[in-house]
Amino acid sequence: MAPAEPLLAATGISKHFGGVVALADVSFDVRPGEVHCLAGENGSGKSTLIKVIAGVVAPDAGTIGIGGELFHHLTPRQAIGLGIEVIFQDFSLFPNLTVAENIGLAAQVADRRKVVRPRVVRRIAAEALERIGVRIDLDARVEDLPVADRQLIAISRALARDAQIIFMDEPTTALTWREVEALFRVVESLKERGVGLVFVSHKLEEVLRISERITVLRNGVVAVTGDVTRFDRAAIVKAMTGRAVTDARPAESVRSSEQPLLEVEGLGLQGRFKDVTFSVQPGEVVGVTGLLGSGRSEIAEALFGVTPADAGSVSVDGRPVRLRSPQDAIKAGIGYVPGDRLTQGVFLDQSIGRNIIAGSLDRLVGKLDLVRPGLAQRTVDETATGLRIKMSSADAPVRSLSGGNQQRVALGKWLARDPHVLILNSPTVGVDIGSKHEILELLQAKSRDGMGIVIISDDVPELVAICHRVLVVRQGRLVGELSGEQLTEETVLRELAA
Amino acid sequence: MTTASDAGQRPWLSRLRGSNNEGILALTILVLCVGVGVVEPSFWSVRTMLNVASNSMTNVIFAMGVLIVIISGGIDVSFMAIGIFCGYSVIVLTNETGFGASSAPVGFVLAAVIGVALGVLNAAAIAGLHLPTLIVTLGTQGIIRGAMLAYVGSKVIPDYPEGLDKLSTNYLVTATGTSSTRLSVLIVPAVLICVLVSLLLRYTMVGRGIYAVGGDAESARRAGFPVVGIQFFIYLFAGLLAGVAGLIHVTRVRLANPYELVGGELDVIAAVVLGGASIFGGKGSVSGTVLGVVLISLIRNSLILLGVPGSWQRAAVGLLLIVGVGAQALSARSRRTSADLVAEGAPA
Ligand SMILES: Nc1ncnc2c1ncn2[C@@H]1O[C@H](COP(=O)(O)OP(=O)(O)OP(=O)(O)O)[C@@H](O)[C@H]1O
Ligand SMILES: [Mg+2]
Repeated sequence: MAPAEPLLAATGISKHFGGVVALADVSFDVRPGEVHCLAGENGSGKSTLIKVIAGVVAPDAGTIGIGGELFHHLTPRQAIGLGIEVIFQDFSLFPNLTVAENIGLAAQVADRRKVVRPRVVRRIAAEALERIGVRIDLDARVEDLPVADRQLIAISRALARDAQIIFMDEPTTALTWREVEALFRVVESLKERGVGLVFVSHKLEEVLRISERITVLRNGVVAVTGDVTRFDRAAIVKAMTGRAVTDARPAESVRSSEQPLLEVEGLGLQGRFKDVTFSVQPGEVVGVTGLLGSGRSEIAEALFGVTPADAGSVSVDGRPVRLRSPQDAIKAGIGYVPGDRLTQGVFLDQSIGRNIIAGSLDRLVGKLDLVRPGLAQRTVDETATGLRIKMSSADAPVRSLSGGNQQRVALGKWLARDPHVLILNSPTVGVDIGSKHEILELLQAKSRDGMGIVIISDDVPELVAICHRVLVVRQGRLVGELSGEQLTEETVLRELAA
Repeated sequence: MTTASDAGQRPWLSRLRGSNNEGILALTILVLCVGVGVVEPSFWSVRTMLNVASNSMTNVIFAMGVLIVIISGGIDVSFMAIGIFCGYSVIVLTNETGFGASSAPVGFVLAAVIGVALGVLNAAAIAGLHLPTLIVTLGTQGIIRGAMLAYVGSKVIPDYPEGLDKLSTNYLVTATGTSSTRLSVLIVPAVLICVLVSLLLRYTMVGRGIYAVGGDAESARRAGFPVVGIQFFIYLFAGLLAGVAGLIHVTRVRLANPYELVGGELDVIAAVVLGGASIFGGKGSVSGTVLGVVLISLIRNSLILLGVPGSWQRAAVGLLLIVGVGAQALSARSRRTSADLVAEGAPA
């Protein structure tokens, strides 16, 4: 069967930011009824390509052919008028407006309405949320919602209109399998209606499962493009990185020690979680997993004093500590990398260097409380190299980094601080597979050096690869603990599904 | 999925508070009235009401312009300069040319047109050149006021063209007592403008676009809002409102003094911020702003009644502005932690 005429064909697209070449002579097309996946390492140019086609970023060269017309550059309004919808990596929502308006208003703007009828806006929003089967209060303000809800709203917004082409830039980072399944069902039905979809994800299982074609970008150029049948996991990774990547080494055994780094005893918070008891030995990596809504993140946030627990006790290095606020936790030697790093973890308009040392100024000051520039510079350099942050200079604002590299800055901020216990919520979300293992190995090395590490995640292979022990949370209680021989992907999944 | 709209808050309480703390403001006004009335019983009178209404009518129109600018994430300090420029120029123009001298509406159309023209200055620099709003409007304030004093005139003018003269003595209500207090008919356009702005902000795409731009301008652009067009609209419309307010002021006080108004920005900005408009952009309402204007006017009125000197009144308004901004910063902080709090769904 001959491939259908493409809905959209971008040809010879180039784009540079200052000295950084984000895209060089990239050609890319989307056919009706197919999912075309864009893969590539962090900073390889995926989001930039999407922004060029959506009219958000003007390309330096190249053309965009759509509906029989050829454009040198588009405006967002034009692109929307041509039937293009985008789920942006950073969601691009209005924090101050309600859920209904975030979804419905955008659809109405696209239709060039002049008058807004709140009832219509609500109906559009309700229907769009219905399509992916989620229920979110239509009158809630987006700024008050957790990151998973925001991602679902961004998805619903793109589905609210009858778009011809839908770009999804990492739409599943904050979602668990239940929402991902719902999204994939919608994608299937859109394919049947002849919509062309572009899907970006660092979760290769998703990519292989959902796509018809794959294009891999490497440093702004197309490394390879072709039917999904020509690819397997290893082939994609090879094309992305130019080398073969080995999986993370399984965790080494733990030095047994009398004194746990972290001891949690009967921790509870009314209506959220109860009777949580566990400990972390020096050199041990402990995983905590559970479904969305199980309370796993609340436990982490209680340990960091964001939402203090109302029962139980916590000791760090054998000393009991009170954790009423993040300041208490930091003083006690606990660090926390939040799950929603794009909006919570970093100051987007500040430089990369400043962000990295922001959490550890007290460790970098010398006489007169002045920051010692040499030491600060060394910390920044070490962190950026260790995490392989792709940047033009440490003085560039974090906003200019690709999404995955922004995440690494947030991670770097806490690693630079070197806390006794570091709690990480989904540490490798949005990070490409090439770097994922390096980051995990970095965490293992930190743990060997005596840092207690707690990882909250639902990436089961990752947990199995790096953790000594995995705790399973269900409805606010620890219901299982897996370690040693018992700790395999199957056993964790079985515990989760039980 | 969680639906935590206002984590840990009872719904009736948050409804009473209003989305922009209108409830708290109304309560403050009530407490203030009762308090001052207890100390000074003469406060409770029709006179006070008429006084407050009279003193609020121009400021409330200026405040509508400031409100939309603040919602969009900007700040405007040029509105008083535009106001007095328009008010004073219309008097001078009609006196000298005789054009439309017998008709007050012609004067208002003229003021509106001049206001829009001056608004173009702000719009071009802000939407066209992407310059910061505070600096731009500070600059245009100086330019507009300077141009007026240099080219239009610098003398106080007591003689009014026939149409505006008649309008200035047209009263809606007159309360007689020891001395009579009257409410000018010009309160009617002020009320109409508030209603109009309220409808605009709620039910038009431009109005919602102003909130969207204030929430996140880049997101607004990506969603297809015509951001530059919206910004132009904002500053032209604010210019129009300032022009009309300026002429209403000049008409009401029956003396066209080019040295007036400029310097009075504080009261209006404080009123808008107290009324719940967020200095970070994206939030604010007409009802809150009206309450804010009334509150400031009431406070001034009570301070006069209690014999507090004028300079302290200004200090009091300044203090209120800081209280308003401080309250916003605090609630923004607690809001942020409550969003962290529900960073993931909790078991039911
Ligand atoms: N506004 C900008 N200013 C400067 N540089 C930018 C800007 N936007 C992107 N870049 C650079 O362009 C390159 C490509 O970034 P892009 O966001 O397209 O990557 P990506 O493939 O989407 O990565 P990720 O998987 O991390 O999201 C990066 O090196 C990034 O630093
Ligand atoms: Mg990206």
